[in-house]
Amino acid sequence: MLHIPCPFCGPRDESEFAHGGPARQQRPDDLSPLDDAAWVDHLTVPPNPVGPVREKWWHVRGCGQWVTIERDTLTHDILEETGE
Amino acid sequence: MSGGEFRLPSGGRIDRSRPLRFSFGGRQYQGYEGDTLASALLANGVRLTARSFKYHRPRGIMGAGYEEPSSFVELAGEDESGNQAITTVRLRDGLRASPVNCWPSPGLDLMAANQLFARMLPAAFYYKTFMWPDWHLFEPHIRRAAGLAAAPQAERRNTRYETRHWHCDVLVAGAGPAGLMAALVAARSGARVLLADEGLEAGGSLLGRKVTVDGRPALDWVAAATAELDGMDNVTRLRDATVWAYREGNLLLVTERSPDAPHVFQRTWRVRAGRVVIATGAIERAMVFADNDRPGMMLASAVQTYVNRYAVRPGRRAVIFTNNTGAYAAAADMLAAGIDIAAIVDSRLQVEDDARALVPGVEILAGHVVQRSHGGRRVTGVTVQPKAGGTPRRLRCDLVCMSGGWSPTVHLFSQSRGRLRYEESVAAFVPAEPAQPAACAGAAEGRFELAAALTDGAEKGRLAAAAMGFRAQAAAVPQTKDAPRYAIEPLWHVEQHKPTAKSFVDVQNDVTLNDIHLAMREGFGAVEHVKRYTTAGMGIDQGKTGNINIIGAIAGKEGVPLEEVGTTTFRSPYVPIEFGALAGARRESVVLPYRHTPMTAWHIEAGAVMYEAGARWRRPGYYPRAGESFQETVNREARTVRTGAAVYDGSPLGKFEIKGRDALRLIEMLYTNAFSSLKTGMGRYGLMLSDDGLVLDDGVTFKLGDGHYLMSTSTGNADEVNRHMTQFCQVERPEWDVHITPVTAAWSNATVCGPRAREVMEALGTDIDLSPDAFPFMAIREGTVAGMQARLCRVSFTGELSFEINVRSRDAAALWRRVLEVGAPFGLIPIGSEANHVLRVEKGFLSLGHEVDATVDPYDLGIGWAMSKKKPDYIGKRAVEIRRKRGGPRRELVGLLIDEPERLVTEGAPITPGGRKEASEGFVSACVWSVVHNRSVALALLKDGRARMGQKAHIRMKDEVVTALITRPCFHDPDGNFLRS
Repeated sequence: MLHIPCPFCGPRDESEFAHGGPARQQRPDDLSPLDDAAWVDHLTVPPNPVGPVREKWWHVRGCGQWVTIERDTLTHDILEETGE
Repeated sequence: MSGGEFRLPSGGRIDRSRPLRFSFGGRQYQGYEGDTLASALLANGVRLTARSFKYHRPRGIMGAGYEEPSSFVELAGEDESGNQAITTVRLRDGLRASPVNCWPSPGLDLMAANQLFARMLPAAFYYKTFMWPDWHLFEPHIRRAAGLAAAPQAERRNTRYETRHWHCDVLVAGAGPAGLMAALVAARSGARVLLADEGLEAGGSLLGRKVTVDGRPALDWVAAATAELDGMDNVTRLRDATVWAYREGNLLLVTERSPDAPHVFQRTWRVRAGRVVIATGAIERAMVFADNDRPGMMLASAVQTYVNRYAVRPGRRAVIFTNNTGAYAAAADMLAAGIDIAAIVDSRLQVEDDARALVPGVEILAGHVVQRSHGGRRVTGVTVQPKAGGTPRRLRCDLVCMSGGWSPTVHLFSQSRGRLRYEESVAAFVPAEPAQPAACAGAAEGRFELAAALTDGAEKGRLAAAAMGFRAQAAAVPQTKDAPRYAIEPLWHVEQHKPTAKSFVDVQNDVTLNDIHLAMREGFGAVEHVKRYTTAGMGIDQGKTGNINIIGAIAGKEGVPLEEVGTTTFRSPYVPIEFGALAGARRESVVLPYRHTPMTAWHIEAGAVMYEAGARWRRPGYYPRAGESFQETVNREARTVRTGAAVYDGSPLGKFEIKGRDALRLIEMLYTNAFSSLKTGMGRYGLMLSDDGLVLDDGVTFKLGDGHYLMSTSTGNADEVNRHMTQFCQVERPEWDVHITPVTAAWSNATVCGPRAREVMEALGTDIDLSPDAFPFMAIREGTVAGMQARLCRVSFTGELSFEINVRSRDAAALWRRVLEVGAPFGLIPIGSEANHVLRVEKGFLSLGHEVDATVDPYDLGIGWAMSKKKPDYIGKRAVEIRRKRGGPRRELVGLLIDEPERLVTEGAPITPGGRKEASEGFVSACVWSVVHNRSVALALLKDGRARMGQKAHIRMKDEVVTALITRPCFHDPDGNFLRS
């Protein structure tokens, strides 16, 4: 079980969190410049690297905040916390 | 009565004053407190204790602990459980055990005929043979013949499992010499230490050996060490507790099998450790030669343990087969216990003088191997031969002690992703590089001599404490006198004297050397493939005594070093763990507690049949009266709503207050339709999509004021909508000024519905003007109802005139009772979710989980009108556009009228073209008895459904095809005159 550093609560067990998918660029205010393929990619092709990935976790059984962490998918090490 | 004819008159760590009676395979025996089932059976001369997994060969006890690969038992009575290693079952009075996998008994096993068909059961036989005409014809028989114990029939009574979360500076796994030393040094520095050991008694390997520490018996030192540890406040010592998993984030799982609490059966500790010292010792390996599996063939260290710890002679005349010096001390202890040693067969050409000195007068056959064993239900002799070849010679014996050397117990280290390397000097895989803050100590590190283990334990304990900021003093390591220096020449297997010999590399799974070679010939040469193809190294023991021999066999055949072959992945659990221990107290409602409304108690008291209706809310399904059938009750409740007045508990409906300058902006983004024109005091139906353009939820949102909205969501979906909204606010638009507060539990409601609802409301008494002009459909008003502060909403989920009376939850139970009291003259009754379901299906209202199943978009549901054309963006807009552009047939919401009007079909029933057995073109999402039409009506999602109005759909039921007319998905008041009235 991961030990996830919540910037508000400190390190907490993974069971307090819900995984929120990869952290990506903010949704643009205006989607019209994007072509369809780019938007479909955005929705359906999450980054899935072997190694560090930035991802969102929701501290749903804690403070309710969404946090971003960088996790190594190979080792499960959490590399940094960025908060949100 | 004695503790058995093979019991020594004195010695051992058993209590001869406390005899225990037990049964094994239906026969009665006696043992002593301190025995295991294995030691007690050996003391009674029971040698045949099992039949093997596949071939049903006779088997005995091979080990003395969790490494046991051979004998497994089922326990009956209050211990009922299956597949316990015979060596780990602690004896108690009245224990009833029986061997697994033999019928009717290990002595007379009718399945032993399998041996005659052995050639039909090679490695991976289930992929190859028994294929014609159909594997499934054979499978049940094969499964019955193979396999292990049956699952217990009944749940254990009076057993509670518990979980404890724990934090410590240093976790020490194992209380053998290295672990005790590490714990002492770390604890003396002030570090918070958790010491867990799998035995009831501390001491580890010292329990089974005769060695001295500081000039006294080693167990005196163990007693002093544990006494010191037990006296320290910063130390927690767990006994009979195996550390069985090492997870990420330095989380380790420990299960205590006999916690010091009478009401707790087992307790699992979830430990976050600062540092971990893995002092788990080492496991002796079996030797691989022909027929190396007969009863009476044991690990040398196990025999040593039985002699020293349990005062049992497992045989009268032994042959010892070794490739290392470790077995000589075992031989010396056996001699002292009065066991004859026919010969020590040492595969090494040179045997050290200090080793020879331990066993004066014993014939040592250096450079020899045991070629095969003889015997039937127990071993009667072996044939030995010079390793290089030469004249075979037969030795008579009733016990064969095998020592293939030692493998450090690196399971936890490897689970933590630590890297292993093959160390030639000890012919074993040893820890190389840790991946987490952990270090192995003592034998687990490959330091097999006692003095080295103690020194290493002290050092690893010091380092662990230091890493946590404690200054540990260099401890004086006690002086010891140990057996000769450990030396080994690997012998992974003896060359077989004939090609069909059975040399077992995995005794438990009946995997032979030939099976390994067969797998390699068939292209499964990688160690992980060999494991899966042959099942070698799987099962209860997880190949603790045999895995290295498998690796050695592969390496030998390929002509590569063992390092290159590598090990299979070590996975948790290290020992079998009960499901109950995993779950702890998290069972039934503790896993996911029920949610109750303030009215739940009333519903139960009123005799309602309670359902779990979405998100663990307990709500009434229906309120049966005496003599009523289910359908009669539901019809009565639904008809009352259509004709009179009724009330239901709508409290579980999800509710959120959304406040802030950007509240409207957020709502416009969340919903597909426009809300900018919504006036204060009014609500609007809203449709919510996920970003991939599928319907996420629908509900009504009221405007309470500028920048203040009250949103309602589906009951079962409130948590998901909360996630959706908070994610958008916090992740996508953190700069927006908007706050979301879940208020589901703050407000509870009684919803009064039916044509006479307004009369009931007037009787309740309210300062709100109820006239249709002043309080139209979809409006919200604040005021008092029945003297209580209330938010009154005119929404309708039934299609009839409805007033949703929201009050503070603490007032809700009083309100509910008042509604029933005041409503009685109007014929008002409470209704449950079954009637609600009927009413919404008649109206064609959508329900999450029925019509909305994360595959449909608004057009599929016929509510494309809710997709705003004017708003530049909202969540899901672009995805729906992209999908619609691609075209193609979609499943669309339709109504169905089944040709036989009395017929109800199962919700979820598939619809196929012409009712043929082919891919479905849709399914029945709901089917109810309509009280308006007095016939069944159904809703369905059907491919191109709207274009097929008036045609027939074919519903495939289990035994027949039911036909139905395709209609509009609304069966009552399509213009909505009643709900607006």
